[in-house]
Amino acid sequence: MRIGLFATCLGDTLFPEAVKSTAVLLARLGHDVVFPPDQTCCGQMHVNTGYQREPVPLVRRFAEQFGDASIDAVVMPSGSCAGCVRHQHEIVAERYGDASLRAGVATVKAKTYELSEFLVDVLGVSQVGAYFPHRVTYHPTCHSLRMLRVGDKPLKLLRAVEGIDLVELPEADSCCGFGGTFAVKNAETSTAMLQDKMRNIATTEAAVCTAGDSSCLMHIAGGLSRIRSGTRTLHLAQILGSTRIAPYALTEAAR
Amino acid sequence: MSTFLGMPAAPPRSPYGTGNLRGDRKFPKAAHDELRNEQLRRNLGRATRTIRTKRLGVTGELPDWEQLRDAGSAIKTDTMNRLPELLEQLEQKVTEHGGTVHWARDGAEANEIVARLIRATGSSDVIKVKSMATQEIGLNEHLESIGITPYETDLAELIVQLADDKPSHILVPAIHRNRDEIRQIFLDEIPGVDPDLDNVPAHLAAAARVHLREKFMTTKVAVSGANFGIAETGTLSVVESEGNGRMCLTLPDTLITVMGIEKVLPRYQDLEVFLQLLPRSSTGERMNPYTSMWTGVTPGDGPQDFHLVLLDNGRTAALADTIGREALNCIRCSACLNVCPVYERTGGHAYGSTYPGPIGAVLTPQLAGMDAAKDDPNSSLPYASSLCGACFDACPVKIDIPSMLVELRHQHTEQSGTTAEKLAMKAAAGVMKRPKLFTAAQKGAALGRIAGGPSGTISHLPAPLSGWSDSRDTAAPPKQTFRAWLASAEGAATMSAAAEEGARRTADDHKEDR
Repeated sequence: MRIGLFATCLGDTLFPEAVKSTAVLLARLGHDVVFPPDQTCCGQMHVNTGYQREPVPLVRRFAEQFGDASIDAVVMPSGSCAGCVRHQHEIVAERYGDASLRAGVATVKAKTYELSEFLVDVLGVSQVGAYFPHRVTYHPTCHSLRMLRVGDKPLKLLRAVEGIDLVELPEADSCCGFGGTFAVKNAETSTAMLQDKMRNIATTEAAVCTAGDSSCLMHIAGGLSRIRSGTRTLHLAQILGSTRIAPYALTEAAR
Repeated sequence: MSTFLGMPAAPPRSPYGTGNLRGDRKFPKAAHDELRNEQLRRNLGRATRTIRTKRLGVTGELPDWEQLRDAGSAIKTDTMNRLPELLEQLEQKVTEHGGTVHWARDGAEANEIVARLIRATGSSDVIKVKSMATQEIGLNEHLESIGITPYETDLAELIVQLADDKPSHILVPAIHRNRDEIRQIFLDEIPGVDPDLDNVPAHLAAAARVHLREKFMTTKVAVSGANFGIAETGTLSVVESEGNGRMCLTLPDTLITVMGIEKVLPRYQDLEVFLQLLPRSSTGERMNPYTSMWTGVTPGDGPQDFHLVLLDNGRTAALADTIGREALNCIRCSACLNVCPVYERTGGHAYGSTYPGPIGAVLTPQLAGMDAAKDDPNSSLPYASSLCGACFDACPVKIDIPSMLVELRHQHTEQSGTTAEKLAMKAAAGVMKRPKLFTAAQKGAALGRIAGGPSGTISHLPAPLSGWSDSRDTAAPPKQTFRAWLASAEGAATMSAAAEEGARRTADDHKEDR
């Protein structure tokens, strides 16, 4: 399959390791990974903060970069960006776009996936040959859970990882408090939510808290770092990308 | 195009509602204080967790729960689409059965109507039950100002009233109070209460009962709200847990019901759907303990004088808006409050309106406006959400609250003229639409490594990001972006090695297939 990789603006700039793992993993599974070079951002931050005119060029760019018929699927290591492409690009195109943009949006929407749903639903694999001998807890990010309905697909993938000690996160379904600009506009409420999430993470005694969104992890990691917690965060793709031959070195990576 | 003389250029807009639909501070400011109330946080956390668990239990046991939600949503949507005709039908039926219908454009008008009706009875006391609508219009305050004393009879509303407090939850107005606080409120405010009263719930309830019984037996006028009004039959309905409502609805000579116009249902049969959806969603019960229904007046049985006040107060304005119309589908079950992580931490008072929580954040700006240009506190409500979506999942009539919040945010930014945020958003979009600029900006971001220093973490950021950095470290940006890595020799080598492994795997798979 020819897969168009969308790095997401945040992944490309601040969390390249998660994107590298995604690219390598898909190639290792025998797929042709292409990176349309003019890709930038899905525009989620704009739409969710209340701006729908401004992201029109971003929505158009996304449709142009990934609309090519030679690309069978568009995959990204982010539930919220996939949610934006699938549910919000249409809203922007309907309101401020033209017929060609609406058509382009519909084309990419139909083939856009978050990593775990692509692996499990489209490729039909849950065993990706990963090796990760550490105690891990999984936080299902809100947009993966409720916008994309990924359900237990990430857990299916994690359970199949060799050597992993997967522990359930109490109150896993509650939001970590990130919410994009919510964490800035309502910083104190966001912090209160983060504190409860960190308390739940602490009870698992996991070495790693993983999730399918770098943005939520950035917020959780920021909190864990501030309280000097022993737990660190790692994107789901990085755990799935860790193998016996090239295992992810947890100690080296921990700052 | 020519214009008719006397034809207005734009259709007249319905006025916004008045009353308790606006706080005096924006949400983040109000939340700041509420978040510091440790007792409130504990009370709310415990209470919402309990109701959440109960709700999941009783909704999960119904095999047709999703179909019920669909039915509820469809009935409400149909209702909103033909609200005028249904309301006229309701008026006709109530009148046929000996009731009197009054139409109130806003809170002030409704308050005047109710006051006039009470005065006509000669009573200076009134008992009240189950009414978000009268809370919304500030009826109690109005009655007190003209010398009429209202007595709340719902236990939680009584607690709130005695404490001179405001409700903080749609269904459990005193959710923010614990038993010790309630005991103290009773000791201070109920005349003649046993001074040795302890904090055992049954004893607290008994103390309230003694107080309330006396009011039920001596008060000749009652004011109620309504959960549903049936257009087909003119039947009004109240669902409740304690039976105090039934006392209110049956004992007095005069009953005045104040109902928001959106509470009408087309057919008697529709109750079947909502009497399942409402208790399961709100209290986590299969059926609420008391469901009272009355149709006009019945000679010799119950109140002999019945008045229905149909309240607009911004509802027509909401109806004219696609989001507002969907928000009016709300049946006030409070399921969205109980699952909302923001509500759970801040409580209801932070929203400043009779309607708190996720639905309040949508409904309040619709009913009362949110003039962004004038810095209206209501304009901060659409942002009082992390858009986690739990409210949408819990809503028994499937109101898509997160999408509506996003839409209201858009309306807000369209109203607010040029702001620093808008300029920043435009600038960000300007960079992101040009890949070359984006790549340059990424290089700029990498310079942020300097701010990280040797530890690689940034612990203080300037405004407006200082709220973020108050409780979170930020990792310094990495040396190399993903795209730079992919273009590098290392990236190319890693990807081609992965591709070779992929080709081997595929070949092996094919061998196995054969």
